[in-house]
Amino acid sequence: MPPAIETRALRKSYPAPPIRRRGNGGTGTGLDRAVLALDGLDLTIEPGEFFGLLGPNGAGKTTTIGILTTRVRATSGQAFVGGADVATHGALVRRRIGVVPQRPNPDRGLSVLENLLFHGAYFGLSRAVTAERSGSLLEQLGMSDKADAKVDVLSGGQQQRLMIARALLHEPQVIFLDEPTVGLDPQARLAFWEILRALHRDGRTIVMTTHYMEEADQLCGRLGIVDHGKLLACDTPEALKARAPGETLIDLQLDGDADDVAIPCRFVEGVSRVDVSGNDLRAFCSRGGEALPALIKAVEARGHAVRNINLVKPSLETLFVSLTGRRLD
Amino acid sequence: MTHDTPVPASDVFVAMLQRDLRVARREIGFTLVRTLMQPTLLMIVFGYLLPKMQMLPPAYVTTLLPGVLAVSLALSAVQSVALPMVASFGATKEIEDRLLAPLPTHLVALELVVVGVIQGVIAGLIVLPLGRVIMGSAPGLTLSSFGLTLGMMILAAAAFSTLGLWLGCAVKVDQIGLMFSFIVAPMLFFGCAYYPWDGLRVVPWLQKAVLVNPLVYASEGMRGVLTPGVPHMDPAIVAAVLTAVTVFAWWRGLKAFYRRAVG
Repeated sequence: MPPAIETRALRKSYPAPPIRRRGNGGTGTGLDRAVLALDGLDLTIEPGEFFGLLGPNGAGKTTTIGILTTRVRATSGQAFVGGADVATHGALVRRRIGVVPQRPNPDRGLSVLENLLFHGAYFGLSRAVTAERSGSLLEQLGMSDKADAKVDVLSGGQQQRLMIARALLHEPQVIFLDEPTVGLDPQARLAFWEILRALHRDGRTIVMTTHYMEEADQLCGRLGIVDHGKLLACDTPEALKARAPGETLIDLQLDGDADDVAIPCRFVEGVSRVDVSGNDLRAFCSRGGEALPALIKAVEARGHAVRNINLVKPSLETLFVSLTGRRLD
Repeated sequence: MTHDTPVPASDVFVAMLQRDLRVARREIGFTLVRTLMQPTLLMIVFGYLLPKMQMLPPAYVTTLLPGVLAVSLALSAVQSVALPMVASFGATKEIEDRLLAPLPTHLVALELVVVGVIQGVIAGLIVLPLGRVIMGSAPGLTLSSFGLTLGMMILAAAAFSTLGLWLGCAVKVDQIGLMFSFIVAPMLFFGCAYYPWDGLRVVPWLQKAVLVNPLVYASEGMRGVLTPGVPHMDPAIVAAVLTAVTVFAWWRGLKAFYRRAVG
């Protein structure tokens, strides 16, 4: 059985927006200014996995999903869904996948039920099969009473559930979810998690992008951390957490540029590493928050004041920061 | 669990067509007002009031009717493709569902064009009885070659529907207003809808310049089949040009569609 998903050296660069230059006959190819969204991504996801792609905005998550769902053309490299090449067998790949978009995009000219009925027809299902599945999906998702409602009257959470029903209607092998919980309130998010867990129990392969650490940790069997179009780490959440620098991250926000305090802070007892970006100073400390008073003293000795303090225990987040040098939010 | 049997493209195509026709039927009141308001008002003023005031000869109705038919058909075909597409690619992303269906992308575009042709032809067909009611009988109007008339309408609608595909993909939401002022308005007034192309002999440079306007061929084509007594271009030439416009706009439109559909 081929992997559910496989990418080989996947690259995607978007042309940079044109810049008008005076006196230049426009000879530049624009390639030098191109934006590299994916930079040689290699990824294998087995059937039945619940896989999470974790990364900050602009890391390349949505581009990856776009290529795998045939909506974005890779600049080079290859991508396969169930062994079928997305570039050459688009229609076959689309037959196998279900996509839940980041922002619900239901057909606004149709009712909830009609959205499902026509989707079934687009996938060649018979009327009887479509009607039966639509009914049971709406029931499962607690939407039966909305079957004849216009899409416009649905709440954000209800629209998202309609998107799930639509993505599942043709019984895809792989379900892609792109930041599916972004617009949801906490209660709707928890309900949504339950739906996803049930789908996974049913044996479906799920690929989800998210920039919520907790979501990734709770749901996914395996996580890929991406940034700048590269896969930085890929493992189970437990293994990743074990790889996290076994230390607490102390995040100090200063009143000015933190550059000149990096070295004194590095010599504070218990501090193993210091990262600085702008006004932010991040110290990894082996003894939890114990180093905090000494750090503050070191900062103040250089004439700076601490504006804000954030302690992060060893977690996916500390690993993420140590890998990417930035925080997710 | 899952079936990998390919879905016949024709089934998917027909399902999308059914969806579009169902929604069009539902919005028919709005659609009719959108496409028929302007021709109706034109016919009232130029086909009824002005001839009644004896400021225009009664025979003018014969020149006007095929032109108004062409305008309605063209506007309906362009708008029914371009307007939903601008919104669908822009704000609502509704088109994603089709782009993720197991159908080659060019057939998704073709289906939209077919819907535009159907809506264009229907708008044209409605104008005929509407014109009769508003302007009375048009001397010299013949429906004897209805097959030919329908064929010419389909050709014209295909040209404007594919132009709609191109415009809909190339124009951004905030440019729609501009598009109507800068493209559609001059197209309507210099489209030989309200006067025969032959009449432009009086301004020779303009007679040549308007040849870039596709509406000229739609108007002249309708004259050729509906009112052969009014001077008109050779229908064979008209048919050839409309076919060429369709091929060109389809080529450009499909390229633009791919650019929007596959990033």
